[in-house]
Amino acid sequence: MNQNIKFIQGNEACAEGAIYAGLDFFAGYPITPSTEIAEHLAARLPQKAGKFIQMEDEIASMCAIIGASLTGHKVLTATSGPGFSLMQEALGYAVMAEIPCVIVNVQRGGPSTGIPTHVSQGDVNQARWGTHGDHAIVTLTASNHQDVFATTVEAFNIAETYRTPVILLFDEVVGHMREKLVIPEPGEIATVERLRTSVAEGVDYHPYLPREDGRLPMSDFGHVHRYNVTGLYHDMWGFPSDNPDVVHGLIRHLVDKIENNVNEIALYKELYLDDADYILISYGSSARSARHVIETLRPRGERIGLLELQTLWPFPADIVREKCRNAKYIVVVEMNMGQIRQAVQMAVDDPDRVFLANRIDGVFITPRDIRKLLRVIVGKGV
Amino acid sequence: MAKPKLKTHTIDRDWCKGCSICVEFCPKDVLEIDDMDKAVAARKDDCIACKLCELRCPDLAVEVRTDKD
Amino acid sequence: MAVKDYIRERFFPHIWCAGCGHGIVLNSMIRSIETLGMSKNEIVMVSGIGCSSRICGYVDFHTLHTIHGRALAFATGVKMSKPELNVIVPMGDGDALSIGGNHFIHAARRNIDITAIIMNNRIYGMTGGQYSPLSGAGTLATTAPYHNIDPDFDVVKMAMAAGATFVARTTTYHAKETTDMIRQAILHEGFSVVEVMSQCPTYFGRKNRLGSAVDMMKQMKSITAPIGSKAARENPEIIERGIFCQEEKPEYCSEYDKVIERATQGQGV
Ligand SMILES: Cc1ncc(C[n+]2csc(CCOP(=O)(O)OP(=O)(O)O)c2C)c(N)n1
Ligand code: SF4
Ligand code: SF4
Ligand code: SF4
Repeated sequence: MNQNIKFIQGNEACAEGAIYAGLDFFAGYPITPSTEIAEHLAARLPQKAGKFIQMEDEIASMCAIIGASLTGHKVLTATSGPGFSLMQEALGYAVMAEIPCVIVNVQRGGPSTGIPTHVSQGDVNQARWGTHGDHAIVTLTASNHQDVFATTVEAFNIAETYRTPVILLFDEVVGHMREKLVIPEPGEIATVERLRTSVAEGVDYHPYLPREDGRLPMSDFGHVHRYNVTGLYHDMWGFPSDNPDVVHGLIRHLVDKIENNVNEIALYKELYLDDADYILISYGSSARSARHVIETLRPRGERIGLLELQTLWPFPADIVREKCRNAKYIVVVEMNMGQIRQAVQMAVDDPDRVFLANRIDGVFITPRDIRKLLRVIVGKGV
Repeated sequence: MAKPKLKTHTIDRDWCKGCSICVEFCPKDVLEIDDMDKAVAARKDDCIACKLCELRCPDLAVEVRTDKD
Repeated sequence: MAVKDYIRERFFPHIWCAGCGHGIVLNSMIRSIETLGMSKNEIVMVSGIGCSSRICGYVDFHTLHTIHGRALAFATGVKMSKPELNVIVPMGDGDALSIGGNHFIHAARRNIDITAIIMNNRIYGMTGGQYSPLSGAGTLATTAPYHNIDPDFDVVKMAMAAGATFVARTTTYHAKETTDMIRQAILHEGFSVVEVMSQCPTYFGRKNRLGSAVDMMKQMKSITAPIGSKAARENPEIIERGIFCQEEKPEYCSEYDKVIERATQGQGV
C-alpha cells in the first residue's frame, strides 16, 4: 500500500498536518479527546529534530509555545474545553504581542468537566471571545480527515501571514473517528514560512510596524535585533505606551488585520447552493450528517443545498449572506444551543428564515435529527 | 599592588531619586543629599574608590572611575 | 563594556520608587553579566508582571515581558526551542511563588538551564501592598489589616526540594555578593535560583513601620549571616546567606537531545 495512504484518527491527521506545515515545537497537557495529538507528536517530532514537551498544565503549555515561536519556530498546542479555558489569558497575550501559533481545541461537552468522551461544539463562542478585551481571532474547523489535514496546514499559514494565534476547533467525533487520509506530496499544499526582517544589524528594526502590505517581518530571539515583547499596549519597538494614539492605533491594527481580510481567511465548501430553496449551514462533524441529508434528498428532487463553513471566525458574513440570498429556509446544524445560528442570523437579511437543528446531549447529531427538524419547518415529509 | 585611586565620581542628577542609600553606606562619609534631594560627592578627597555607592545605587545614577578602569 | 552598554538608557530614570531594592538587583545583574562578557544577543530575559518584572524594559537584551506568574513557562519554551540562548528570569515573590509556584516547582524539577532570580520584597508592590506568600505571619498588609495569619515558606528549601541544582540567597545590602551569585548562577548548567531579599519601602516598609530604604537594608544586614557562620549557628532567628547547593545533574535540554538521537535512530518507537 502506498506509504502516503493512512487509516487513522482525526487527531493523528491533525498532527500529521502540523508536521507537513513545518511544526518544530509542541507543548501540551493530556486531556480527552485531544490527547492523541500529543502522543503522536511525542513520537514524530524528535524524529525530525523537533521538540515535544509535556508541561505542568495548559497555561504553561500555551506560554511555552509562545516562547518557542519567538525563537523562530512553528509551534502548536492541543487541548479540550477545560484546558482551553486555562489557556485564555496567554492566548490573549499572543494576540497582543502578535505571536504566530496554533491552538487545537478538540471539543467535548461543557461547561466544566462536562462530558469528556462525548461530542459537542459548545466552544465556538469561547474561541471567539474566550480571552478578555476587544480583539479579533481566527478559528478554523473541518469535518473529515483530509480537511483536518488541510486546515491544519492552513492554520499555520494564516498564523505566519497575519502574525496571529489561530484556533483549530475540532470535535470529539472528528478527533476520534478513523478514516482514510492521503498525505499530500511535499509542495502539493503551499506552506507559508516565517517572514524575517531584512533590516541589517545596527539599523533600527521595528517589530511592530506593519509593512505596506500589512505584514510584520519578525526577528528571532538570538539574532541581531533586540526588542521588547509585552502584553501591554506598546509602540512599534514593543515598548509599553499609554499614549492614546498608540493605544488606539494598536487595537485597530490588531482587529483590522484580521477583519479586513475576512474573505481571504474564509474557507468553506458548498453543495447544490445555486438553486437551493433550503440551505443547511454546518461545520465540523455535524456537517457530515448535513451532507448525508442533502445526498439523500437531492435525488428525490428536493432543492436543498449545503454550506459547510471551515472558517468560523472571523465570521464570513458577506459570503453567508450572498449564498443564502434566495433561500426560503436556512437551517444551521450544530451541536450546541445555536452559537453559529446566531452569527448567521446577524449575517443574513430576514433572519426569521434561520432555524436550528441541534443536539446538546453528547450524542452525535444524525441525518434523522436534521430531517425531523426539516419536517417541522416545511410541514411535509422531506 | 597599589590601591585604585579615584579619577572621577559622577552622580546623574536626572536619575538620582535621593534615597540616601549611597550616603548612608559610604564608609568614608563622602556623600550627602543636597537641597534638591539629590546625592552629591561633597568630600571627594576622602573617597577611597571602593565603589560601594555605585554598586548599591538602585537608580544606576553613580559612576566611580579610578585610574585602574 | 560599561554598565550603560547593557541598559536602554532612554527609559531612565526608571519607574521604581526611590530606594526600591529592585533597582539594586538590576544593578547587580548587569554587573554580573558585564563580568561574564556575554554578548547581548545571546541573552533572553523573560519576566512576568509586577514592579520587579518591569526590569525587562530596561535591559538591552531580547526581552519578553509576559503575564503574571508564567515567566518560567514562557522561558521554558524559549530555552528548549533554542538551547544556545542564555535565559534569565527575574520574578517578584508573588509572581514566582504564588501564581507562578507551580511553574517554579516544575522548572526546578526538570533542571532546565534557566537562571531564576527572585526579587523577594515580601509584598505585592505593583498592586499596592497586599500580602504575598512570603510576607509571613504577623506582618501587616492592605489585605491583612489585623495582621497576617498566612505562614510563609523558605524559598531556598522549596527550590532544593523541587530539584534546582544551584540555589543561593543574598540581600540587596550585599550588592557585591549578589553580583557574584548571579554570575555563578548564570554559569551553572541547570536550573539555578537566586533569592535576593529586597526592600519595598513604599508598601512593606511603610505598613510594617520598618523605616526608610536604608533602615530596611540595615535590617537585612542584621538578620542575615553567611551559611554556617558563628552568628548563624548561635542565633536560630538568623537567615542564612550564601550558596546552599551547587550540583551537577542531567540538564533537560541536553537530555532531550538524547531523545532526538533515539528517535532518529528508530529506537523505542
Ligand atoms: C492573572 C493576574 N492576576 C493578578 C494580577 C495583578 N497583579 C499584578 S502584579 C501582582 C503582584 C505583584 O507582586 P510581586 O510579584 O511580588 O512583585 P512586586 O510588584 O512586589 O515586585 C498582581 C497580583 C495580574 N496582573 N494578573
Ligand atoms: S543611591 Fe543613587 S538614587 Fe539613592 S541617593 Fe544615592 S545616587 Fe541618588
Ligand atoms: S566609592 Fe566608596 S568611598 Fe567613594 S563615595 Fe563611593 S562609597 Fe564612598
Ligand atoms: S511599590 Fe515597592 S516594589 Fe514597587 S517600585 Fe515601589 S518600592 Fe519598589
